[in-house]
Amino acid sequence: MTAASLDTTARSSAERGALARARLLRGLLPALSLALVLAAIAWLNPRAISYFGFSLMLNLAIPIALATIAQMFVISGNELDLSIGTFVGFVGCVTATWLKDAPLIGVAILLGSIGVYALLGALIHLRNLPSIVVTLGMSFVWQGLAILVLPKPGGKAPDWLLAIMSFKPPLIPFPIIAALLIGLVVHFGLMRTSYGVILRGSGGNPAALKRAGWSLLKTKIVLFALAGLFGVLSGMALIGITTSADANIGNGYTLLSIAGVILGGGEFVGGRVSPIGAVIGALTLALAASPLLTFMHIPPDWQVAANGAILIIVLAARVLISRKER
Amino acid sequence: MILVRSLAGKPWVWSFLGALVVWLATIAFTGGYGAGGMVTAALSLAVFTVIVGVGQMFVITLGPGNVDLSLPANIGLASAVAMKVMAGSDSMIVVGLLAALACGAAIGAVNYLLIWALRIPPIIATLSASFIIQSIDISYGRGLQIKPPPGFADFTNWQILGIPVLAVLTVLFTIGAAIALQRMIYGRSVLAIGQNIRAAWLAGVNVGRIRFLTYTLSGTLGGIDGALLAGYFRGANVDIGNEYLLASIAVVVIGGTSVAGGKANVPGVWGAALFLVLLLTMLNTFGVSAGVRLLLTGLIIVGVITAAGGEKAVR
Repeated sequence: MTAASLDTTARSSAERGALARARLLRGLLPALSLALVLAAIAWLNPRAISYFGFSLMLNLAIPIALATIAQMFVISGNELDLSIGTFVGFVGCVTATWLKDAPLIGVAILLGSIGVYALLGALIHLRNLPSIVVTLGMSFVWQGLAILVLPKPGGKAPDWLLAIMSFKPPLIPFPIIAALLIGLVVHFGLMRTSYGVILRGSGGNPAALKRAGWSLLKTKIVLFALAGLFGVLSGMALIGITTSADANIGNGYTLLSIAGVILGGGEFVGGRVSPIGAVIGALTLALAASPLLTFMHIPPDWQVAANGAILIIVLAARVLISRKER
Repeated sequence: MILVRSLAGKPWVWSFLGALVVWLATIAFTGGYGAGGMVTAALSLAVFTVIVGVGQMFVITLGPGNVDLSLPANIGLASAVAMKVMAGSDSMIVVGLLAALACGAAIGAVNYLLIWALRIPPIIATLSASFIIQSIDISYGRGLQIKPPPGFADFTNWQILGIPVLAVLTVLFTIGAAIALQRMIYGRSVLAIGQNIRAAWLAGVNVGRIRFLTYTLSGTLGGIDGALLAGYFRGANVDIGNEYLLASIAVVVIGGTSVAGGKANVPGVWGAALFLVLLLTMLNTFGVSAGVRLLLTGLIIVGVITAAGGEKAVR
């Protein structure tokens, strides 16, 4: 770090200006990629750019954004959660059964599952375990529990949840407002509070934090508990939209959430994450995967490829910008 | 006594021990019925996990962050390519296998190209690649209902005295992989890169070339696995490789290979694959439901890794 800062002071002001521009461009990249996808949609089908069009296209954006935020908390502690998808599915199954029929037990189960996440954080830290393997095992556990809770697709979302998710505010579609809200709340909590800095620091330089007297066990527990909390919110939001559940409903969210964090400018190591970027990344992926692509002459076979291609293009753009940053 | 102690020091012993315990528990439950048949079935199914597991092991040994997430999509596409090229005719078996091999190798090479050109973490590179491969597979394999040539289907199911021939060939292959890992320049280079990539580079290891070879190797093994699976299960489909993402990573780790890289273990891959297959057989024999089976599988994976403990940090 010191070598880098000395390096910057030695540079001329013109070079510093170029560097700042490159950094700004890098920060704006998630928003630019979203704008690009929107522009492509507007060009292919101008009628999609409307209140109704956005409500349809961004239908699943809220649960994807929440799952991406959950993954982001885990990644900011230098870990990876491969179980978030099946966890979202498990929460969905509980929401469509227990939470409707016996709300108190339902709430207890969901709170308990957040507790399990916190315990996993503690276990990973105390035994120094690779999070990839532990969460891989947990993905089986959540899937198994989901099937036990709801052996056949079905169940029904609680009425209050349906009411929230079908809310239609004037002028701006609900998914956009919700995404903004999620992004801003998490941005404030993680980027603007002092404990948020500690949490990110636990991924940036754990040794330094430990010497400064902070408990790494506590930061890991908090990060995993937050991931659990947002996983629960994601599963509930998903059921509020689909109205019924299925044990496999969340399986795709593991890979989507990782891709969303990276698209949003996050990095796997070093606690470098961006909540607003992650939400924008999730919106981009939700648009790219939306059923409306079908009406835009993109055959359904190639919709998964569209996700992959967007990831590759954005990352290629980032490399070009980073070269300037040197 | 010395033998016991030296065996206990080897991490792969535990996975075989686990497999043995699970097997004994099952035949105790059935009263000895079907003990031999169970071993035969376990060997034939473990083969597919071992082949991709060895590829994944070389990739994971390259160091933190190295993992091949494109294996399931790769297996799916290669199975479709193999079936289409063979077109149900015995004379095309070798050509079809070569086509699946080439398809897998190309996917591996593209994976490394993405990692190298975009300088992105392998997880994201192989993930983006797998999205695209999956689409190609859906588009290419649409409505594909070609049966494997009878000769090929018989070969993948061929048994001599209850021992699947494919398992014997795979044992020979894993012995080759172990020699490549411990005794050849390629394997030593992979281990060196996993232990310290910068030190390996300073010592003159051609880091880029070794990493390229490793990802291509993993892709190639995925391709072969796809062709063999299509033969064994008598047909290709898009989802044929789905379970091998988790399985390939799980057998590597349970088998005693370090997730932090630089330490690999070939026999452990066999032990862990047999353990996982026998575990599923045991739970099926006990007659538990699909939910309980998944739940117990997950808990056992978490339990095993917790008991084995992680590596102490080097710093």
